[in-house]
Amino acid sequence: MKLQNILSDIEQVDPEVYERLNSRRGLLNLGGKLAAAALPLAFGSSLKKAYAQTSTNNKIVDVLNFALTLEYLEAEFYNIGMGTPGLIPAEDRLIFAEVQMHENAHVAFLRKVLQSLGARPVEKPRFDFTAKGTFPTVFSSYTTYKLLAQAFEDTGVRAYKGQAGNLVGTGAVLEAALNIHSVEARHAAYIRRLNGNKGWVTFADSTGLPAAIYAGEDQQIQNERLGPINAHSGPVLFGIDTMAVTESFDEPLTKEQVLAIAMPFIVG
Amino acid sequence: MSKFFSNSAGDARKTELRLEPVGRRLFLRMAGAAAATTSLMVAGCSKDPITGDDMTARGGARIAAGVDLGSGDVGILNYAYALEQLEAAFYDMVVKMPYNGINADERQILKDIRDHEITHREFFKRALGSAAIGDLEVDFSAVNFKDRNSVLTTARAFEDLGVSAYNGAGKYLMTPDYLLLAGKIVSVEARHASVIRSLLAPKTGHYAGVDVVNGEGLEKSREPKDVLAIASPFVKTMITGPNLPNM
Repeated sequence: MKLQNILSDIEQVDPEVYERLNSRRGLLNLGGKLAAAALPLAFGSSLKKAYAQTSTNNKIVDVLNFALTLEYLEAEFYNIGMGTPGLIPAEDRLIFAEVQMHENAHVAFLRKVLQSLGARPVEKPRFDFTAKGTFPTVFSSYTTYKLLAQAFEDTGVRAYKGQAGNLVGTGAVLEAALNIHSVEARHAAYIRRLNGNKGWVTFADSTGLPAAIYAGEDQQIQNERLGPINAHSGPVLFGIDTMAVTESFDEPLTKEQVLAIAMPFIVG
Repeated sequence: MSKFFSNSAGDARKTELRLEPVGRRLFLRMAGAAAATTSLMVAGCSKDPITGDDMTARGGARIAAGVDLGSGDVGILNYAYALEQLEAAFYDMVVKMPYNGINADERQILKDIRDHEITHREFFKRALGSAAIGDLEVDFSAVNFKDRNSVLTTARAFEDLGVSAYNGAGKYLMTPDYLLLAGKIVSVEARHASVIRSLLAPKTGHYAGVDVVNGEGLEKSREPKDVLAIASPFVKTMITGPNLPNM
């Protein structure tokens, strides 16, 4: 993620970006190595003035703040879990240490990008990982803990996927979101295996978690408008069964669906 | 893996990529054998890094059978289709020819992945319709299918490559429906990559290691030209994408 990329990407959406900034020459002169460290602040304040009211920027900021909220939740979940003696068995700690590192890095990264866009990153909410008493043993039972970890990772994958369409044409911003999205999927797969599940999602099998997390994952028709791939022609399509067809595509969730899943864990 | 690609072959490939598709077709049709000979001189000046065969022995066939991925969103979808063809063919061989000492868990995983890759391949084929490229001819002579490590490290390379390819190509898709579809597939590829890596190095952070995820927690992206260069030793068919972005 380079700021210069963001600028050139915005230029594609808004050819007048430099005129809005009214300081193209000034910005480019800042582009040397010495000025690189100073660039984010200068860039951010220019962009903030130029884009305070525009829909493109608002849309990007909304997506990034939504993502940041989920990353806060995940980071805190793993920070507490890794910091709770006796919760995660020694043999699995390297797996969770990796997730913890990535989720904290995602928080830092999204905050940085938001600031460079001249936007204010949302504050970290207060979380209740028992979800108001639904999961009372979240930090005392490894079984509960790793099941909730699966819930957060699989939801995260679906959440990023659901926002991709809002980032079409934003270039580096979209790419960064995709670069996070696939990391969440890597996490999800390993944690699912720790829970005794396949690494991929079969039908809408919720594996004991709230059904909303996997709602719609059993979709069997992909893009009918383009030419469907589905199981309509029978139980078996080109030798692949319906179960595997549903595993082959991860489905998105809307922001509203994701917030409904996450809300019980957010105190305020 | 780019070490498979010698400098001279890389230079030749660039030359090939610069040819406009229509121009190249005309060129081949009009000049016949003479053109083939010229092409051989462009494409073949080293031994095939995988097989050791003299490239000139089949370079003409490669070019004559070459496919152009096309341009715009269709070009990107064909690019994905090419990669899915490669993956599906690989896992089909893995499932049909299980490596020595394979266990039930691994057998199930590899069959599942095979089924997913075939589904992806067939999806793109149908979605692209008449714009779809033809079937690619693959070359897995570098893989020892009897050897677990050879199979799983190749699988890892393909999955990581696939994820980085989708991650890098998403920004070029201008149709939201296509972007969403690519998103639905890339996370499944990432799940594959993670599981394969966990088989190679269980109970470690290798499933999302520093070789694929950077310090900011971002997974690697690759541009089409880099992906095609890495994939090329495994594909006999010459794949060109002169009208893909950033080639």
